[in-house]
Amino acid sequence: MLKVTNLQKTFNPGTINAKTALNGFDLHIAEGDFVTVIGGNGAGKSTLLNAIAGVWKPDYGTIEIDGVDVTNMPEHKRAKFLGRVFQDPMKGTAPDMEIAENLSIAARRGTKRRLVWGCTRKDRENYRSLLAQLGLGLEDRLSSKVGLLSGGQRQAVTLLMATIRKPKILLLDEHTAALDPKTADNVLKITEKLVTEHKLTTLMITHNMHDAIAYGNRLIMMHEGMVVVDVSGQEKKRMTINQLLDLFEKASGSAFSSDKVILSK
Amino acid sequence: MGAFFNTLPGAVAQGMIWGIMAIGVYISYKILDIADLTVDGSICTGACVCAVMVVAGVPVWLAMLAAVLAGAAAGVLTGLLHTALGIPSILAGILTQLILYSVNLAILGGKSLVSLAGNREDLLLSMSNNPAAILVAAISVAVLVVALWLFFYTEVGLTLKSTGDNPDMSRAQGVNVKRNKVLGLAIANGIVALAGALLAQYKGSANINDGRGAIVIGLAAIFIGLSVSLKIKPNFVVSLIGVVGGGIVYYIIYSVVILIGLKTDYLKMLSAIIVVLFLAVPYLKGEFFTKRKPVSLPTNPGGDDHA
Repeated sequence: MLKVTNLQKTFNPGTINAKTALNGFDLHIAEGDFVTVIGGNGAGKSTLLNAIAGVWKPDYGTIEIDGVDVTNMPEHKRAKFLGRVFQDPMKGTAPDMEIAENLSIAARRGTKRRLVWGCTRKDRENYRSLLAQLGLGLEDRLSSKVGLLSGGQRQAVTLLMATIRKPKILLLDEHTAALDPKTADNVLKITEKLVTEHKLTTLMITHNMHDAIAYGNRLIMMHEGMVVVDVSGQEKKRMTINQLLDLFEKASGSAFSSDKVILSK
Repeated sequence: MGAFFNTLPGAVAQGMIWGIMAIGVYISYKILDIADLTVDGSICTGACVCAVMVVAGVPVWLAMLAAVLAGAAAGVLTGLLHTALGIPSILAGILTQLILYSVNLAILGGKSLVSLAGNREDLLLSMSNNPAAILVAAISVAVLVVALWLFFYTEVGLTLKSTGDNPDMSRAQGVNVKRNKVLGLAIANGIVALAGALLAQYKGSANINDGRGAIVIGLAAIFIGLSVSLKIKPNFVVSLIGVVGGGIVYYIIYSVVILIGLKTDYLKMLSAIIVVLFLAVPYLKGEFFTKRKPVSLPTNPGGDDHA
């Protein structure tokens, strides 16, 4: 479903601040895979997701989604293949617009926008039932401005927007990092529910080792723009955090370091 | 007092026309989140195109249509300077404004003023008949507000709103943010030029200096209008009507100041002071009067804190 080949990206090339974020990165993801991604500071996780989403062009390498080479496709065009949820809960929704309007815009992702009513009564009925499944009571607040919602509620709405039109790949960029633990847990549960329900191919960056092991069927660890650990299936399920750290140390030749990653549960 | 009531109809008529311009500014400033300085030029372009065409014997409705299209073209130019060439939007507007000064002079045939005095019977409105002018302006406002209300609830219109509200979200949802900015600026400046065309007819002339400081008058009308309309009902239609009301209030203040005897030389400064006050007062209030209470963000009223 996703085929990333020899991806390279250097920021501020030719200056003293030059930083190679991706260094010949390869990754194949099969349809229906739920891959969790973990890595230390500056490992290139977000760079990878942004490259897939088209926020910037890679210096070298190709990105294929479902057999289509999207390497040079602008961000808004490849949006039709993708569902995205950002780390910042403010980033995924338009705060001054209604919940229903936000969902409407997402529901027409990848279609040609026309001069017809943008949010019909039928749409609203549909959104009401979808929102009800989140279990947050948002189904009665279709006309509320999204800016009035809490961070967790906004992430849940963004998740719904990302999946309302089945994407080829769901990209989750530490989407629970800005939330308190209880809310984060809730949003993760919603994530898993939506992913399972729609059989979504998913790439989820997380800062939580426990979540990286608990969720998904494949786990990759990144270090200096490369994949250093790649485990899946039963091996991943039985993995402990300590085993994972050992694997990382062996593969990368350095101890795992991050000021953000939560190592224990 | 008598003098005040004598000037009132004229102030209302002019205020409504400037209110139409302020609707254009509302679209760029409030919806697209772009401080678009094109308007100082495009309102004059609208006036010039309309006046020159009417003098040339073109039917007034066609002259007004041409004025709107010329204004929209100016908006497209600013939009392309910004999105295709990467020039910051505020500078793109200033550049277009400067270009338009030359263009407007060319439209006027090198003169600084074209008079419509010989074409009085062709015009839709005139300052010699204020009640009729108010009616024409009011009908224009009504048609415009309904058209915009319908448009901003279409699929395209919603993405225009989201483009200004959150460009990251818009791109992630497949919205062509650059194209939308160009489209929005075209609509905004088309409306501004419509106001210019009405103004030229009302005053009976188009002057190369028309529209200088228009952006400030537009912002003043928006701030005055929204300070009231947001308290009544914060929705799109009420906001637009409020903006037009703001234009009227602005012109009434303006005519009162003239009546008091302030030299007209100071009126531009007065416009600026009104805008400064409306921007500064809420800011200073926040700075000095909310120290005791922690700043509370409008999160989640009546909802579950833990999503």
